[in-house]
Amino acid sequence: MLNLFKFWGGIKPPSHKTESNQHPIGVAPLPSHLIVPLHQSIGGTPKPVVQAGDKVLKGQLIGEADGWISAAVHAPTSGTVREVAMHVRPHPSGLDSLCVVIDPDGRDEWIARTPLDLATTAPADVFAHLQRSGVVGLGGAGFPAHGKLTPAPNVPMDELIINGAECEPYITCDDLLMRERADEIIRGIALFRDLLQPKKVLIGIEDNKPEAVAAMTAAVAARGENFAVVAVPTRYPAGGAKQLIRVLTGKEVPGSMRSTAEMGVQVFNVATAYTAWRAVAHGEPVISRVVTLTGNVAEPRNYEVLIGTPMDELLKLARPHPDTNGILMGGPMMGFLVPNRQVPVVKTTNCLIAHSERLFPPKAPEMPCIRCGACATVCPHELQPFEMYWYARAKNFGKTQEYDIFDCIECGCCSYVCPSRIPLVQYFRFAKSEIWAREREKKAAEEAKARFEFKQFRDEREKAEKAEKLAKAAAAQAAKKAAEAAAAAAAPAGDAPATVAATDAPAPASAADADKAAKMATIQAAMERAKAQREAAQPKNIEALKPDQQRELAEIEARRQAAGIADAPASATQETKAE
Amino acid sequence: MIFAPSPFLLKDVSVSQVMTQVCVALIPGIAAYAWLVGPAILVQLVIATFAALFAEAAMLKLRGKPLALFLSDGSAIVTAWLIALTFPPLAPWWMVFTGTIFAIVFAKHLYGGLGQNPFNPAMVAFAVCIVSFPALMSQWPAVGLELRLVDQIDIIFGLAPRVDALTSATPLDAMKTALRMGDGNFDIAQLLANQDIYGNFAGRGWEWVAAGYLIGGLWLWHRRVISWQVPVAFIGSLTLISGALWLYNPAAFANPIFHLFSGGTLLGAFFIATDPVSGCTTPRGKLIFGAGAGLLAYIIRVFGGFPDGVAFAVLLMNLSAPVIDLLTQPAIFGMKGKK
Repeated sequence: MLNLFKFWGGIKPPSHKTESNQHPIGVAPLPSHLIVPLHQSIGGTPKPVVQAGDKVLKGQLIGEADGWISAAVHAPTSGTVREVAMHVRPHPSGLDSLCVVIDPDGRDEWIARTPLDLATTAPADVFAHLQRSGVVGLGGAGFPAHGKLTPAPNVPMDELIINGAECEPYITCDDLLMRERADEIIRGIALFRDLLQPKKVLIGIEDNKPEAVAAMTAAVAARGENFAVVAVPTRYPAGGAKQLIRVLTGKEVPGSMRSTAEMGVQVFNVATAYTAWRAVAHGEPVISRVVTLTGNVAEPRNYEVLIGTPMDELLKLARPHPDTNGILMGGPMMGFLVPNRQVPVVKTTNCLIAHSERLFPPKAPEMPCIRCGACATVCPHELQPFEMYWYARAKNFGKTQEYDIFDCIECGCCSYVCPSRIPLVQYFRFAKSEIWAREREKKAAEEAKARFEFKQFRDEREKAEKAEKLAKAAAAQAAKKAAEAAAAAAAPAGDAPATVAATDAPAPASAADADKAAKMATIQAAMERAKAQREAAQPKNIEALKPDQQRELAEIEARRQAAGIADAPASATQETKAE
Repeated sequence: MIFAPSPFLLKDVSVSQVMTQVCVALIPGIAAYAWLVGPAILVQLVIATFAALFAEAAMLKLRGKPLALFLSDGSAIVTAWLIALTFPPLAPWWMVFTGTIFAIVFAKHLYGGLGQNPFNPAMVAFAVCIVSFPALMSQWPAVGLELRLVDQIDIIFGLAPRVDALTSATPLDAMKTALRMGDGNFDIAQLLANQDIYGNFAGRGWEWVAAGYLIGGLWLWHRRVISWQVPVAFIGSLTLISGALWLYNPAAFANPIFHLFSGGTLLGAFFIATDPVSGCTTPRGKLIFGAGAGLLAYIIRVFGGFPDGVAFAVLLMNLSAPVIDLLTQPAIFGMKGKK
């Protein structure tokens, strides 16, 4: 039996999973229209390759991947493109994004599908196929799968982890997928295993899903694979990638470290493995997914849903109660209320919860923090949320970073246990976005400054070059004159040696003068240039700096020097500091 | 459509629940106290509660804060109860009243109210009163003194003369005074044999009040309202130092059990030093805070001029808490041994 590890903190909210996992996965009927956003995964926004009026077939490419970290988008059914236009995206921002709206023709007619022969295909072509099939992480973040299938250079791939934990309350789509389609998940995992060549493959499933554990174990045995199916203790957020890695391997990947491959471990959701297999073995792109419909509804259940299905139309299948006042996408811990009910299901839509005040009562008024530390005892990244809250509230963002705010995964455990009902996660999101905005501003300002400095430098250089040219021309002119004079003097040679001497003498003198003038001009220009540079480097208004501002300046200088923008500003700053 | 941020699921907890649990945990101690000295303590609890709510309401009004929300959080009541339990039970009403008002107005609201006070308000009240009214704060009823409720109320409200005979020192204070007066002629064993003052393992009767606080404190820990670090470190350091000195000279230093069940040790360890607002927040910080408070409490009560040292010990540690927290920040997930 595998030795399991523990992660700090976590919570045990009521799971609410039995409501929706009692029935098999149903198939949602064809909706009246489909709104397929082009931007459904992390990375570049796919470029539309269809236009209004085009006839499309089921599975036909409608958005082409833009760059390596990007994945293609396909028509979920056959029909006609109504428009390629901006529509509200299922995102907390409520912003519009480019969508392809399709009117289904009802025939649901597939495009020609071409499976991949894995035996004869190079890994690079498999990656291209996965990208072309729109295979992205279906667990939540939507990171293009092919981007995670290459091991980090110099780090051996120890473990491939398949995430079937599904720790958020209410959500059961992965549970049902594992119960019903375990074999294809296992084959997808085998595909990932072949590409990544890990030492071990671990499939983590929370122990509140015994049916899924049994189905997966049986499928692994049937395929003769040596994958370990591990029931992990049910504790939110055990399904967080870094928490699951910790539980299964003991490794701690810091929240601020983006790629877990740097620690020799890679995590994929079970549904991602499933869609990867469908794409490879059947040539089917990702055009549908399993979505849990639950919450304030009469008939909660999981459905296979076409991407682009409007949420209100879909939710009707579960018969929401009349007091439903919103749709929650995702789980109740990390999900969000969609900006309007017509937004479409996307690849990362794992669950829709009909929201009502009966289910989720309005929050009690926020009280002051009493520093009880309950938040710190549940934080899975072992942060001090009450300290970050204190500084976020005071808009002292530098301090929030000292308390590692960017290690926060926004799991919501702190808000869940806070007796003062402080929306802690909300404060942290605010602080993070402010810090990002400021970083952007700072970067823009620095770039503008660098541009300005370069322009000044160029102007000076041009001026100096001009002066040099002029001086050279003058010198040439003088030398020519002197030569002419010398020639003129040479003609009546012997006549008047005194005159020759007289004319001879100033001629070299004037040539030397011109030379000197040219040199002087060059030196002058160089000095001016140096002065301008000094002035440009000399920071202004730095008499009454606060220590943190000084530190910030020092950091900027260090960065600038590292980037080779500044020449010798360090002495200047030190001088002013000494004052 | 509505707007609300995640998480949508919240645990059923609130500040008033936390405070209510603290009050409930005090009940065993209060019951033993009432059994020991009679209903006077209940009268003091009522006076303190009234004063605290009055001061709280007045300050909330002045500061323009919602009255109902903050009055119902229960924090003022906890402060009031701790004041009543640390003051002599037959203290004049105005002393408890003034102390409580001072705690709420100066130690709490002038610093910004709930969650903002750097010092434990109840201990500030105790310190202010023991410095201002040292004699009255040192008069404790002799154990075994049978007084009717009416008589006790008369004494508290100054309707009856405060006969000196009615009051004595605490067992802790009595021992210290006796040892000093005796100039080495007394020995602890002899003193403890005096059954008028001393009971089975500490002050007669008072040991059971302390036991009541212990039970309540353990329950609070069981409910995870308090964490184990502060009480364990507090009791541990006090046991260590008192044990060391006792082993060194058992004639001049009382044994650790006596110290644990005397004065404010257990009330302090479980209910006062565990105040989250004015204490340390990091796990290691809590250990340092508790250990420091226990050590200082012992030093002040044995070598200092005051009958007990818990209040000053806690206040001194309150002063140090921010620095301790800063220096004991735990390593975060994935960064252990790296920073």
